[in-house]
Amino acid sequence: MKKIAGAIFLLLAVAACNLKENKSKLPILGTREPVTKTVNGKQVTDTVYQTIPDFKFVNQYGDSITQNSLKGNIYVADFFFTSCPSICPIMHRNMLKVYKEFKNVPDFKIISHTIDPKHDSVAVLKKYADKLGITGNSWWLLQGNKEATYTLGQKHYLVAMSQDDGTPGGYVHQGWFVLIDKQHRIRGYYDGTREDEVNKLIGDIKTLRAEVNTEIAQ
Amino acid sequence: MKFKLIAGILLLVVALITACQNDGELEFKRYYTGGAAIYKQKCQNCHGNNGEGLSSLIPPLTDSVFLKKNRDYLPCLVRNGVKETVLTINSKAYEGSMPPNGDLAPMDIAKVLTFVTNSFGNRQGTITVDVVEKDLAACR
Repeated sequence: MKKIAGAIFLLLAVAACNLKENKSKLPILGTREPVTKTVNGKQVTDTVYQTIPDFKFVNQYGDSITQNSLKGNIYVADFFFTSCPSICPIMHRNMLKVYKEFKNVPDFKIISHTIDPKHDSVAVLKKYADKLGITGNSWWLLQGNKEATYTLGQKHYLVAMSQDDGTPGGYVHQGWFVLIDKQHRIRGYYDGTREDEVNKLIGDIKTLRAEVNTEIAQ
Repeated sequence: MKFKLIAGILLLVVALITACQNDGELEFKRYYTGGAAIYKQKCQNCHGNNGEGLSSLIPPLTDSVFLKKNRDYLPCLVRNGVKETVLTINSKAYEGSMPPNGDLAPMDIAKVLTFVTNSFGNRQGTITVDVVEKDLAACR
């Protein structure tokens, strides 16, 4: 009798764990606003989340990349420049970990925007990619209009960056890795200079992929 | 009597040698720990926690032969950086630039070099401030 009770307890405990795991969901970040619509004569209030708008840049292969190129993907975005002497090397040392973990996953990408497009031409980015050891299409280094890049970063990804000839390398920026879901919503910020945060990002990407898959299944 | 004198002299010599050794060890430790802090602040972002570098972009600091062969050049390299130069490290060519560290005093350079050349599998002993100052004066 005791044994059966023990087994039932164990089963319940396992079930509870599973339940908790299924429920774990990443928050949706950024600004949001309620939008009230009239549907079938009834007032319905819905929340509209901030999303990353469309953009047009060129990757290290010279291909045009837009929001459409990322359709059906979750992705991580960051901002860097190839001649950066401060935090970029450590960011991309950490990003390499993310790249290696997910490079064969079909619905995941990494995009790194250069904030110094004048120096970082397509050829420079290709050389950087080769030296970093990244191939294929799971990690794009994007180059384009400087103002468009800064607007995207500051207004939409909500990360700070500026040009400052007084600092080594000439640019000030933060080392955020931003996680974006298939609906272009911001789902997480991770300090790309810290190994523990990048490990958390790798875990969160797995969570987000699972979440998206269940949504499709329903 | 003679025996006592010889024993006394021997003892003195031994005491002197150990004292000197301890001084040398103490100096090494002072350089090394000071250098570790400077490394963390100035070098680690690019060259890594374990001097591993980054792919083919940034060279590792694990090539003991390179460090030994270019010992005289290391202080200049740290202070002035390198510009669009190809360096062969661990028989792999690294092309690119390293920013200069004009704000580092000769003492700091000596400390950080002592740290690097005695970490990551390297073992070259103390690089003193005197040696660094001499090398810096000869920078091209």
